[in-house]
Amino acid sequence: MQVPDDRKYAQTHEWAKVDGDLIRVGITDFAGEQLGDIIFLDLPEVGAEVRQGAAFGEIESVKAVSDLIAPISGEVREVNEPLMDDLDGVTSDPWEAGWMIAVAPEDPSQMAALMDAAAYAEHCEREA
Amino acid sequence: MSEPTLFDLSQPGKRCTRMPRPERAAEELVPTRHLRAEAPALPEVSEPEIARHYARLAAWNFNVDRNFYPLGSCTMKYNPRAHEAIAADPGWARLHPATPDECVQGALELIAELETWLAAILGMDAVSLQPPAGAAGEFTSLRVFRAWHDARGDAARTRVIVPDTAHGTNPASVARCGWEVTVLPSGEDGRVSPEALADALGDDVAALMLTNPNTLGLFETRVLEIAEMVHDAGALMYCDGANLNALLGHARPGDMGFDAVQVNLHKTFSTPHGGGGPGAGPIGVVAKLEPFLPAPRLVEREGALGWDWDRPQSIGKVQAWFGNFLIAVRAWAYIRAMGAEGLRRVTEDAVLAANYVRGALRDTLDLPYPGACMHECVLSAKTLAGETGVRAADIAKRLLDYDIHPPTMYFPLVVDEALMIEPTETESKATLDRFIAVMREIARDAAEHPELLHDAPHSTPVRRVDEVTAARKPVLRWREG
Repeated sequence: MQVPDDRKYAQTHEWAKVDGDLIRVGITDFAGEQLGDIIFLDLPEVGAEVRQGAAFGEIESVKAVSDLIAPISGEVREVNEPLMDDLDGVTSDPWEAGWMIAVAPEDPSQMAALMDAAAYAEHCEREA
Repeated sequence: MSEPTLFDLSQPGKRCTRMPRPERAAEELVPTRHLRAEAPALPEVSEPEIARHYARLAAWNFNVDRNFYPLGSCTMKYNPRAHEAIAADPGWARLHPATPDECVQGALELIAELETWLAAILGMDAVSLQPPAGAAGEFTSLRVFRAWHDARGDAARTRVIVPDTAHGTNPASVARCGWEVTVLPSGEDGRVSPEALADALGDDVAALMLTNPNTLGLFETRVLEIAEMVHDAGALMYCDGANLNALLGHARPGDMGFDAVQVNLHKTFSTPHGGGGPGAGPIGVVAKLEPFLPAPRLVEREGALGWDWDRPQSIGKVQAWFGNFLIAVRAWAYIRAMGAEGLRRVTEDAVLAANYVRGALRDTLDLPYPGACMHECVLSAKTLAGETGVRAADIAKRLLDYDIHPPTMYFPLVVDEALMIEPTETESKATLDRFIAVMREIARDAAEHPELLHDAPHSTPVRRVDEVTAARKPVLRWREG
């Protein structure tokens, strides 16, 4: 399994990547694999507040509905609107085009609570 | 094969019966503002066309009267014909709900008896037949819980704890009630662990919702300890009674420390279900919650039964009239026919059947939680999927080619590639043996002819449907052309 080492990871399979002043957030390859075909995605509006560890949206596959958990607290500055109409993008390019929201972090040091690529790869091994 | 809709069959001017013209004009009978400007676009077809249309659709229908239907968590047992005949008796079926109480003492007596019997089966003090379905029973119970907390002046409780194996209706009922869900991860053994529960409990918790046996078909063996913890925290215990078929005459939610429970009459008490109802989800509660039950309550006054509307603490009505009465008639007939001993045997045979299937298939598929199960077993196609690429959904579709309804799949969520099998007590050993043989054959085909499974079903009127497109771009109504 390929896990990019340019970003951090949450136990709940979201990634968080520093992009200038913002933190870009998406879900991992592993998460997409587990979900299967995505049929619905609900993301917050620009300007919404998200909290680390709390749901910021919902993703529904043919199997189940799951919460999307924010890896970091802050204000949503960008939302990947085109992704809502191209749900295959969530799983076909999870690391780049499949980003979901970009957050202006309230406290960038929260990133330290997340896993690095190696720790996340091990986490997936245990769950697989 | 395909079947046109009645709209496709429609030809202008065709009709079944010509109704006599009303003696007065529509404008004289109906206020003008309620009159349509133009006639509705209803399909125009002849009676033989309608009769054949529905006969063809009925022949295609996959149902419990024709096929084995081991759909886990749904308790698709056979519905005895005698109960249908009893419910169809015009004395019940033609009864208007507004008939004065003194003219329907027999019907009220049936309701009173069913309430008493369900209370005895559940170990509860009071029963309301009003909720029209299982999830409605959950919601009603949570509203009763909320009213109870409010009445004590303890309105700050906003969280309800729900295990990660729960039916999806549980968190939905919590949200509908205006509360928040706290998900409780299951322990290694697939059961609620009191240690994890201790972490989740707090003085803002209103209730724990627990299914027993849980959706893995496992009895929550530490339920008494769990109930004590929940009550000590000032919260209430809710039992999702969807799996009551595993308990009849052997164990009672009331004795396990639960404060409320719903009964899915359409599952355990053998009233027909599927296709959206009507069902019935009566609830049983402990005495302290009785004042909050939906109004009206059936009471006996001066030797006669009647409805008591003077219920100041009641949460109000949750269903028109008195619940789905004819479903109650069927459940009453079922309990009368089975008797106490018969109901005990229902559970024994249901548990035996599930364990027979579990034991026979444990070498064919993975068994994520070893050990005996209750009325249903959860297997996993994870290893098979890894080896052959054939997944739980492919197995489910292939079963249709053998005239067997698929088990519930991909639920509970804690099991990958889950297949949840609930044979029920009404199936013979021969049926179970055939199912086991078919499952083994499918597993062999998965290794040797995986394409056979990927393309399944092959023999149904509608082949594999594109579930993804159907979900992303649903076509919800017929349009011309």
